[in-house]
Amino acid sequence: MRLGLFAALIAATPAFAKTIEIAPGPEAAEALQEALILAEPGDVISLAAGRYEMTDGLSLDVSGVTVRGSGPEATVLDFTGQQGAGEGLLVTGSKVVLEDFGVANPKGDGVKSKGVDEITMRRLHVVWTGGPAATNGAYGLYPVESRNVLIEDSMVSGASDAGIYVGQSENIVVRRNRAEFNVAGIEIENSFHADVYENVATRNTGGILVFDLPNLKQEGGHSIRVFRNEIVDNDTANFAPAGNIVATVPMGTGVLVMANRNVHIFDNRFDGNAMVHVGVVSYFNDYDDDAYQPHPRGVVVRGNEFGRGGYAPSGEVGEVFAKAAGGEMADIVWDGVTPLTEWVSWTSAEDRIYVDQPGATFANLRMIAQTIWPWGASPDRDIAGYAGGLPELEPVKLPQGE
Amino acid sequence: MSRLALLLLLLWPAAAAALDEAALLAAKPARLLSAYGLFADGPAQVPAEGVTPYDLTTPLFSDHAVKLRFVWTPAPAAWSDEEAFEFPVGSVLVKTFAYPEGAGLRLIETRLLIRQEGGWKAWPYLWREDQSDAELKLAGARLDLVATGPGGEAIPVSYRVPNANQCKGCHARGGEISPIGPKARNLNRDFAYPGGVENQIAQWRAAGRLAEGPEPPAAADWRAGTAEARARAYLDVNCAHCHRRDGPASNSGLFLTHGETVRAAWGYLKRPVAAGRGSGGLEFDVKPGDPAGSIIVHRMKSLEPGVMMPELGRSLPDAEGIALIEAWIAGMD
Repeated sequence: MRLGLFAALIAATPAFAKTIEIAPGPEAAEALQEALILAEPGDVISLAAGRYEMTDGLSLDVSGVTVRGSGPEATVLDFTGQQGAGEGLLVTGSKVVLEDFGVANPKGDGVKSKGVDEITMRRLHVVWTGGPAATNGAYGLYPVESRNVLIEDSMVSGASDAGIYVGQSENIVVRRNRAEFNVAGIEIENSFHADVYENVATRNTGGILVFDLPNLKQEGGHSIRVFRNEIVDNDTANFAPAGNIVATVPMGTGVLVMANRNVHIFDNRFDGNAMVHVGVVSYFNDYDDDAYQPHPRGVVVRGNEFGRGGYAPSGEVGEVFAKAAGGEMADIVWDGVTPLTEWVSWTSAEDRIYVDQPGATFANLRMIAQTIWPWGASPDRDIAGYAGGLPELEPVKLPQGE
Repeated sequence: MSRLALLLLLLWPAAAAALDEAALLAAKPARLLSAYGLFADGPAQVPAEGVTPYDLTTPLFSDHAVKLRFVWTPAPAAWSDEEAFEFPVGSVLVKTFAYPEGAGLRLIETRLLIRQEGGWKAWPYLWREDQSDAELKLAGARLDLVATGPGGEAIPVSYRVPNANQCKGCHARGGEISPIGPKARNLNRDFAYPGGVENQIAQWRAAGRLAEGPEPPAAADWRAGTAEARARAYLDVNCAHCHRRDGPASNSGLFLTHGETVRAAWGYLKRPVAAGRGSGGLEFDVKPGDPAGSIIVHRMKSLEPGVMMPELGRSLPDAEGIALIEAWIAGMD
């Protein structure tokens, strides 16, 4: 038995795995890209401390490779002079680990993985050094169409869309990161099974977004847990280029759930979010997609700590909500939009919105789909009417382990 | 191109050189392009015997570069109505990029797509300054060159030779490298062979390059037909290698393949998903009747990384393509 385990360990480590050392210098960019192309599964590409001046995007298409710097502030890939490619580093190989380096000023996205299984981003910093600007790239850390995604102990600042964005993916852990001065701090979009915990989302326009959008290959986002995060002082004016969904997010949004099913928001600390601490809304644009489900279904909000919030809603959407709320926002606000069928029937237990927050304030704005007109004369503020809960979700388990 | 065609007519029949099939199938790429024996005269781009030149009806815009294409197959490729033909192991697709210089051409790079047992390999070769041979350049290169515009004007260009991964950035379907150009609708045209003008598909079949099959579909020609037909032919070649359901831009929800019929999928009143600043402050990919309000036009015009589309393969705008897409959107209800 012990021998069997030993043999398995040996087998898991490729016999000829090697470490490729890269150091800063005039040839570094080319040497690094060549290493990324020629690497073989099991190899480690080691980046010495220093600044690397990049003129083009990097890409890795080999599976099982680790790219390791000397620390996110020590090893910095500087894309200020980037002339081509849509991101700083694109990963299309599976079982890749990226750790301990920084990315500065990518023209498009920072670090992207697409269509991979097992991607780990650990102790990475992606920073647009000029601060918030519409000309900054969209996403800092950006796994999309990926499975088994781990993003931890990283930091993103200045993204003109989302600092950490996980889209159309499955089995996701985003933990202990810091997202600041982005439009959205962390965004989980059209994704299944995500645990977002112990992150700090501060000084963004909106802290943490859980969205589902139409006309995409993967729709019907579900099974998302947002817990033990610090979601405070999200007070940066929205600087996203118009046309993007996040450009509609009002400044001072803590957590915003749009569409999606089975979303649990618990044990977070909220403070200083001028729009709302927790918003739960339907997708509000026109769309042409019969398969799309625009309403949030089965949302639980419980055990969070709410400081000052909802005191200064602003922007187009903020004003619509404030008006519907009769000028008085709440810690937790649901737009109250439901499918037409539920106007004449009831909402089944697994589809309801549940709030278990003694002492918090709540408002169901009772709006009608795709209008700005409130359904009732006034919002429903009776928090007791939303008592209850849903079965707890299993923690997300990743093959790359703890 | 005509100069080169003439050159081919003069030299091609006499050319005889040994194509090195083992080199094509080797796991590691050769250091020099000449090692494959694809050319009887590489610097003059005279192909070896059996290596067939071809042309496409609607080409990808590549900063006004002249492109010389060749194919070699050990056995006939399998027919496909919609996709690139399925080439047997040992096949190679060759594409040389060049700019006019004096009376001739300056060769910049030659890209090889080689069909091996485990799939396609993409290798970029950069021509030496003295044009004697081309060297493997896995990390690609950026070169300051002068292109010749459609009106004969000189245009400085920061030309990007893609690295081996960037080749896959476009040549990928379902995560695997795949050819783009040799599709029936794009090959169905005449070519001036040494023996006379002939339809390319007929010639490929006669020469054993392509299996027999149905009558080829009509050419998808960006320079003939209705504005819509021309625009869709252009988008198919210039965008749909990524913007397709199994392509690198699958996550965008924007699918520009020739056969895409779902309006929201080809951009009609479709909102962007992950465009970031690429949206240019606009709401829709294609806004009917309003080219200036359409993100697709904005991104075709842009020269900024992170905004410009395609992301790779150009550093100049394609004025002719932009005008075509603008006209199509302007006339749309």
